[in-house]
Amino acid sequence: MCASVLSVRLWVCALLLLSLCCIGGKCEIQQSEPSATTDIKPFHHDIDEPQAFPDEERARLPVFTMDYPRVQVPIEFTLWVLLASFAKIGFHVYKNITIWIPESCLLISIGLIVGAIMHSVKEEPPAVLTSDVFFLYMLPLIVLENGYFMPTRPFFENVGTVLWYAVVGTLWNSIGIGLSLYAICQIEVFGVQDINLQENLLFASIISAVDPVAVLNVFDDVGVNEQTHIVIFGEGLFNDAVTVVLYSMFSFVADMSAVESTDVLLGGARFFVVGAGGFLFGLVFGFAAAFTTRFTHNARQIEPLFVFMFSYLAYLIAELFAISSVLAIITCAITMKYYVEENVSQRSCTTIRHVVKMLATISETLIFFFLGVVTITTEHEWNWAYILFTLLFALLWRGIGILVLSQIVNPLRTIQFTFKDQFGLAYGGVRGAICFALVFTMPDSINRKNLFVTASIAVIIFTVFIQGISIRPIIEYMNIRRTNKDSSTINVEIHNRVMEHIVCGIEDLCGQWSHYYWKDKFKKFNDRFLRRILLRDNRAESSIVSLYKKLELQTAIDLLDTPVGDLSAAPSIVSLYDEKKGTSRPKKKFLAADVSRMHDILAKNMYRIREKTMAYTNKSNLPENSRAREILIRRHASIRRSLRSESLREMAAQSVSKSQKYFSLQPGVDPEVAFPLRRRSHGGVSPSSSSRWLTSVRRLKTVTEAGRPAASPEVVVVDERRPYPEKKTPAAAPRRRTFEGTPRDPEDGEESVAPPPLPAPPGWMPDNQNVRKNGAGDPLLGTLSHGSRGSGT
Amino acid sequence: MGVWHSVPGPPEYRQLAEKTGFSCEQIGVLHKRFKQLSHDEDTLRREHFMAIPDLAWNPIRLEIIGAFFDRRNFVPAGDGTVDEIRLEEFVVIMSHFKPPSLSMTDEERDSIRKEKLRFLFNMHDNDNDGIITLEEYRHVVEELLSRSGSIGKETAESIAEAAMLEVAAISMGHMEPDEFYEGITFEHFLKLLKDFEIEAKMNVRFLNMDTTNLCK
Repeated sequence: MCASVLSVRLWVCALLLLSLCCIGGKCEIQQSEPSATTDIKPFHHDIDEPQAFPDEERARLPVFTMDYPRVQVPIEFTLWVLLASFAKIGFHVYKNITIWIPESCLLISIGLIVGAIMHSVKEEPPAVLTSDVFFLYMLPLIVLENGYFMPTRPFFENVGTVLWYAVVGTLWNSIGIGLSLYAICQIEVFGVQDINLQENLLFASIISAVDPVAVLNVFDDVGVNEQTHIVIFGEGLFNDAVTVVLYSMFSFVADMSAVESTDVLLGGARFFVVGAGGFLFGLVFGFAAAFTTRFTHNARQIEPLFVFMFSYLAYLIAELFAISSVLAIITCAITMKYYVEENVSQRSCTTIRHVVKMLATISETLIFFFLGVVTITTEHEWNWAYILFTLLFALLWRGIGILVLSQIVNPLRTIQFTFKDQFGLAYGGVRGAICFALVFTMPDSINRKNLFVTASIAVIIFTVFIQGISIRPIIEYMNIRRTNKDSSTINVEIHNRVMEHIVCGIEDLCGQWSHYYWKDKFKKFNDRFLRRILLRDNRAESSIVSLYKKLELQTAIDLLDTPVGDLSAAPSIVSLYDEKKGTSRPKKKFLAADVSRMHDILAKNMYRIREKTMAYTNKSNLPENSRAREILIRRHASIRRSLRSESLREMAAQSVSKSQKYFSLQPGVDPEVAFPLRRRSHGGVSPSSSSRWLTSVRRLKTVTEAGRPAASPEVVVVDERRPYPEKKTPAAAPRRRTFEGTPRDPEDGEESVAPPPLPAPPGWMPDNQNVRKNGAGDPLLGTLSHGSRGSGT
Repeated sequence: MGVWHSVPGPPEYRQLAEKTGFSCEQIGVLHKRFKQLSHDEDTLRREHFMAIPDLAWNPIRLEIIGAFFDRRNFVPAGDGTVDEIRLEEFVVIMSHFKPPSLSMTDEERDSIRKEKLRFLFNMHDNDNDGIITLEEYRHVVEELLSRSGSIGKETAESIAEAAMLEVAAISMGHMEPDEFYEGITFEHFLKLLKDFEIEAKMNVRFLNMDTTNLCK
């Protein structure tokens, strides 16, 4: 089966390829024709006034024409992208091939094959990897994705280290490799004496650009510890900036005959201008984008556009001034992300993320693919000595560099890099596309340019293939320190925060600062100024609360994903109650199946009730995430209902004394504190259910309503969901009995948990004022322990 | 910035250094800070801590300050609180925040981890019954959220409950309907935070240089 799929794919690719070649060839022919015809026509017109038709065939209306030149460029672009994407799909025919061979290797190989085919039919590949196309179209997409999805917390915790490796490391590599290559050039035997120092340095600066795309995937899969991961990630990003500066500096210098010390100083100054300038531009555009999205709530469809346009603009303007565009776009993305994601709708947020990822993937795929293609089709100049020494020095200087730099930076770090980490860093220094593109833009005045091209291709292919493939087994064998993937539980989040505050506090106490201090200061600044200006809807929400809500939502959605028995007709709640009564058994446990059925019934009922009442509510309040909110509400309500029903069955006697057990947590009453947990904790917790804790979040309620007649559940149910009075819309206030999806209120999450005291519905007697005062006003908010768990998947 | 003159400190420094693992210079710096905080008295009291302006922003400063006066943190089997502490206790408590050095065996790392977790546990467990009850946990959550604006008490309560349930789920697994979950014991706490790299997070880099003149 796999073989047949594979062969199908191969056929498709081959066909695609052939069509490309044919079309490419054909367009040559096509182009010459129109010119031929245009010459002849006017001549005829001069002779005969009435249009004589010298050839009968010309008069006929062409039924079928083909005009390739008009669509040539878009068609070829599309076909190339498709081909590369097919390749990407095709790899996965073999299930786990990408585990052992990184995708970039596979893409390069396919590119090599395609390049060989094209070379044999004497076709030229499109000039994709020329400087303009690469630097203006392909690179920004990749860098945008890197910046947008950068893990900010580890990054800022390690920012010093990252910059240290990126900047100083690249400098070290460039100068080291350049000087050693120059020394090699002096040796006559190798025949490369005509390469002078500047050219060597230029080449070295190109070669030292690290592009660890392949390695990052491996690191991700293996789960290498966070510090090493972020250092390699950040290094790959930021050394682009350094490389470009060095490159421009050296290429400028290469044209000059002699280098003076002032030039070196100017180079240093230029570096600062480039770096700081890029950073500032990024900030400006990031804030502009964030500010713009504050006002886009009436034009939701174009929200993603702003993200892309502003980042691209940042990149282009930085290119205009020849400052580090990579740095600009990264800063823009990081700045923008935080505020934009709070301002835009959920759909836009998803769209942005998806599109960023998609564009970056296309770009990367194309780059590696063309790397393979162009390898075959360019002119090469091979010099064994130079190339082998380049390779050797690249590896050697990187290793030494990482070692030395780590020794210097380790004492300043709390978590230090072990030798294994350092090896991972050094070995992960794979070269990639930047190197390749830069080498093509070398000025043609350098007469050994082809040698440089060949050498860089050799280094790239060697590092990508050999290091890329072998790094995985080596890392796994070495047993490098791995990061524990934080299962985002509430406890961990809380303790994270506690830890930060403690460390911050202790630092204040003993008068020693570290990055927590700055983090704290920034947070205050952020809360006080930035959020007010840039966010449309500024309510400071603690990350603990947002995590909590997120988990709730997830549970709700999980719950509803369980296959529900279909209930077309909504049974009335009365009959439901009877049914439960009928099936009540005087025992402690109840069947999970019953509960799940109840849930489903209730869920469906809830939905209808809500729908009905929606008609009365204020239309303007419904946001896109009303569905999410609705699910949340349904979930809570259904859980509550089921607990209630369960408690109905449990307590045949419905004695008041038993109901005491289920009193809510009342701060004042000490014995009660112990009790709620009892209810909550019972019932099997299936470890597989990630949401198990959620199921019993609500506090126990008094069950005086247990004795209530059937009518009340319905009323109660509706009532619970009443909108919370502090919401924005005044229209909400009178609608006490309706659900209302109010646009993303942080309080919603909280209040769906525990709605504030509501006025007593008819037939609903709150137990005592005290209960309500807790905000646990609704007695139905029983914690549902096994109830929902039994039903939950 | 004052440079610490490398005078071999008084003998008690050396004793403290051995006990806590700080170097003599670090203890000297801490001593200076101690004197600065206590206005040159011999003991520190809570008022001195409360007077630190930077600390006023910290939502859990009461717990942090309380930890300094909690006898469980100086003496392994201690109990209760004291009202004032001397340099020795100050340094001992600070030593809980030392980062683990590179050259440590796994057992040492583990014991340091336990020590730090014990410190954290003591911070939560105010009444020293060995269990973090819902009340205590809720107190912590409320404090953490107290700076977040419009979050009501109910949220804090529900979050605390959710957290407790998580712990119950992790530590106790399946529980019978009548079983009663009292609170988080130390073992449950360890299990809960098993993946939490506390030895990496709960660290303060104690410098050898004296930067106390820079801060208040």
